[in-house]
Amino acid sequence: MSEQLYEVTLLVNGVHRSATVPARRLLSDFLRHDLELTGTHVGCEHGVCGACTVLVGGRPIRSCLQFAVTVDGEEVTTVEGCTRPDGELGPVQQAFRDCHGLQCGFCTPGFVTTITAYLHENPEPTADEAREAIAGNLCRCTGYQNIVASVLRAAQLRTGSTEAAAEAAP
Amino acid sequence: MTTSMLGEPIARREDPRLLTGQGRYLDDIGHRALAAAFVRSPHAHARIVDVDVTEALDVDGLVAIYTHDDLEGRVGEPLPLLIPHEALTHGRTPYALAKDEVNHVGEAVVMVVATDRYVAEDACERIRVRYDFLPPVVGIEAARDAALLVHDDVPGNVSAHLVQENGDARSAIDAAPNVLELDLAIERSASTPLEGRGVHARWDADDHSLRVYTSTQASTSVRAALAAKLGLPPDRVEVIAPDVGGGFGVKIMHPWPEEVLVPWAAIRLGREVKWTEDRREHFVSATHERGQLQHVRVGFDDEGRLLGLDVTVWHDNGAYTPYGIIVPIITTTQLLGPYKPGAYRAEFFSLYTNTVTVTPYRGAGRPQGCFAMERTMDAIAEHLGVDRTVVRERNFIQPDEMPFDHGLTFQDGRPLIYDSGDYPATLEKIKKLVGWDDFAAFRSEARAAGRRVGIGIGCYVEGTGVGPYEGGFVKVETDGTVVVATGLTTQGQGHQTVFAQVVAAELGVPIERVAVTTGDTRRFGYAVGTFASRAAVMSGNAIAIAARKVRDKALRVAGEALEADARDLEIVDGTVRVVGSPPGAPGTSIPLATVAVLANPLRYAFDREAERATQFGGPVDVSKPPVAEGDSPGLEETGYYSPPRSTFANGMHAAIVETDPDTAEISILRYCVVHDCGTLINPRIVEGQIHGGVAQGVGGALYERMVYDDAGQLLNASFMDFLMPYSTEVPVVETDHQQTPSPLNPLGIKGAGEAGVIPVSAVIASAVSDAEGFAVTRMPISPSDLHELRLRHSSEGGPAR
Ligand code: FES
Ligand code: FES
Repeated sequence: MSEQLYEVTLLVNGVHRSATVPARRLLSDFLRHDLELTGTHVGCEHGVCGACTVLVGGRPIRSCLQFAVTVDGEEVTTVEGCTRPDGELGPVQQAFRDCHGLQCGFCTPGFVTTITAYLHENPEPTADEAREAIAGNLCRCTGYQNIVASVLRAAQLRTGSTEAAAEAAP
Repeated sequence: MTTSMLGEPIARREDPRLLTGQGRYLDDIGHRALAAAFVRSPHAHARIVDVDVTEALDVDGLVAIYTHDDLEGRVGEPLPLLIPHEALTHGRTPYALAKDEVNHVGEAVVMVVATDRYVAEDACERIRVRYDFLPPVVGIEAARDAALLVHDDVPGNVSAHLVQENGDARSAIDAAPNVLELDLAIERSASTPLEGRGVHARWDADDHSLRVYTSTQASTSVRAALAAKLGLPPDRVEVIAPDVGGGFGVKIMHPWPEEVLVPWAAIRLGREVKWTEDRREHFVSATHERGQLQHVRVGFDDEGRLLGLDVTVWHDNGAYTPYGIIVPIITTTQLLGPYKPGAYRAEFFSLYTNTVTVTPYRGAGRPQGCFAMERTMDAIAEHLGVDRTVVRERNFIQPDEMPFDHGLTFQDGRPLIYDSGDYPATLEKIKKLVGWDDFAAFRSEARAAGRRVGIGIGCYVEGTGVGPYEGGFVKVETDGTVVVATGLTTQGQGHQTVFAQVVAAELGVPIERVAVTTGDTRRFGYAVGTFASRAAVMSGNAIAIAARKVRDKALRVAGEALEADARDLEIVDGTVRVVGSPPGAPGTSIPLATVAVLANPLRYAFDREAERATQFGGPVDVSKPPVAEGDSPGLEETGYYSPPRSTFANGMHAAIVETDPDTAEISILRYCVVHDCGTLINPRIVEGQIHGGVAQGVGGALYERMVYDDAGQLLNASFMDFLMPYSTEVPVVETDHQQTPSPLNPLGIKGAGEAGVIPVSAVIASAVSDAEGFAVTRMPISPSDLHELRLRHSSEGGPAR
């Protein structure tokens, strides 16, 4: 009764990573246990809490609802990849720190990836839009108020850093 | 500045790690470990006839299958009853794996260990358990009727019956000019942290030692429990709470069946074993809380002052009572809130049902008690036609009556004595914050626009920081870093920040130099646990005491080196200096790092600090031993804080709600909180605790319930169906602080962890009642509940607003 195995290769946070897994291996488990990128968390394994959200080709998906084999060859961004190139906190991460947007931190990776993708589409959200943007992720600790603030703060930091980057450009 | 660290809303020090995916939660540990999975009972009440594992045996990757028959020695005995009480005459606890009988859906029957979780679950699916069904007892009414029994040998399904009385309440009520009776109900809910439970165990056969990681709120006690169960000397067992993804009470329960079985299997197999709970398992095999029926009888004068209060509570304790009867004890004592009840009588029955066991969930019985008292206050106001805040104010304990003795026994077995609080001031603040006195105008405006709105209020007092004790360890390393440890655990409360703030302030060191470890028995072995809003109070003060001892020693050692009187020295920014000396003046200052070196007489100069220190060594008195009698080497101290009794925080919430005249949808337009938890260490963290508590309260008031059918099946055991609020359901919380420091502890603090959740159901019930014109007596309230209430009240011809 041994299972057939498949080689799955992903471009994860800019690095080629591969492992050999059964067809039923979930992307969440593949990232967490085969690649040992444990920043992606699993809160429900049925697609409701959003803790497992990662970006595939820049789009947020729930990694607990995908088989790793189905995203073979794709580009994946996890919370570990949401830092700045120098490893410092990226704008969304920094915003969470500034606004006390996390307590236990278990839901946080899913929020960080979701918000990263969202701000790409809507760089200057209103408070209502910010609240709406995170309405598919569960957090049991914060009551969301500081996460909404984090979205708005991240938007500021992002434009700030693009402006700064533009200024710094030759 | 280092000395003003206390009270600063600084950003959390744990965040960079957690924000970049570098946290280490339970399932992030042990990628090579074997995985455990469990066959759990699909029936609420049944006898186990036979377990057939034949089909599972050829699953590739299977390592072991265990049933109760395999559990030898104390592992096969019932799990401990953690908090015995004389009123708990019929306590029952489960076996780690069910023996003969199951008493709720989800009870573990068979344990499977395999190479990974997928394979372990494959094997579980192939195990056949034959059951003889027994009729289940579901719901408090059925338990109370006792036509059927959960445990054959527990008459009436009553695990505990307790009466507490101060004065003759029944006579006082009978003699009162006004008497009201209320029947109230609160549904079940649960902590449901985003991370479920989980255990990882590694047995080192060479070292004869066991290391267990567990997602717990009480690692030291897990260690003691495991050592006892497994027959190991406690010092061969290490238990570590890694990063924990939320607790809210459920993880104070221990040892779980899985917490015993995973280490047991790891020893037996000589392999690392891990179990990570999945979401459905969490719903059916962790624990729940809240479910109660209540009857209140109250007598009061024409001003609304309480003369007598008689409360009966039927508390659903689920299938077993491993955590004792803490929850109903808290309900019946904390119900009193900020009020003088006149004569008081509280009686509770703790009842078995064939549903998941009940242990504390944030608030731990207080939300139910608060609901009973606040519904009563509103009923009195309605009866007399007096403003609801006025009735409350007339019953308040006044600041000059503190400390106030209720003449009852609290959950810690100590007298229920409030230490401090200024309730009239808190009421003033909440009325102002929510605009209580202007609400009538808002209501008529809304009404003119066809809208229905209501305002509600709820007050609570919360006993926090219960004993017996916590400890703290503070050590200055020779490089000037300060390592701090305390035994209790962290589940997101920011302890690495707040305890560092305490040390930075007490010791006079930059906070960046302070590193805090919690919940690791390797670092600190004595602790009680994180519950009852006690961490900041207990460990905060213990760490402060340890830091003060370190400071005293540092000044003494530095005084010898600088040839100065210790009383003339201070520590600023990690340097000991003569008070008032010009910065950099020679011979007037010495880095704390060097003091740490001097405090530990050395033979070998192994680094710069050691070398530099010798210059300050001064002439040595060769007639004395290098380490004086009664002294110890190093700059480290341990401190313990053990309070005489709990310290009582308080607060008041108010909300404005709108109810849709057609759809009966309930929206919270505003939610205001004034709270008093004494001195604040970090206001930003306290505020975060309030926000999170209110969100859980809103869940409990409007959305969350455990839906059991008559067969004892939990119908909504997923996040799809158990309606935990998303961002769109939680209102913005407006907060204001009131600070009456606790006179009981050195830092003057009171706990803040649970406060946010306590009055929310009471407040929302008050506001919806106000909007609708009839009293809401059951929570949570859904749109369909409200719709039905409207139908009932309109058929009774009650007033509609
Ligand atoms: S774990 Fe994937 S959505 Fe919850
Ligand atoms: S921070 Fe704990 S679940 Fe969101």
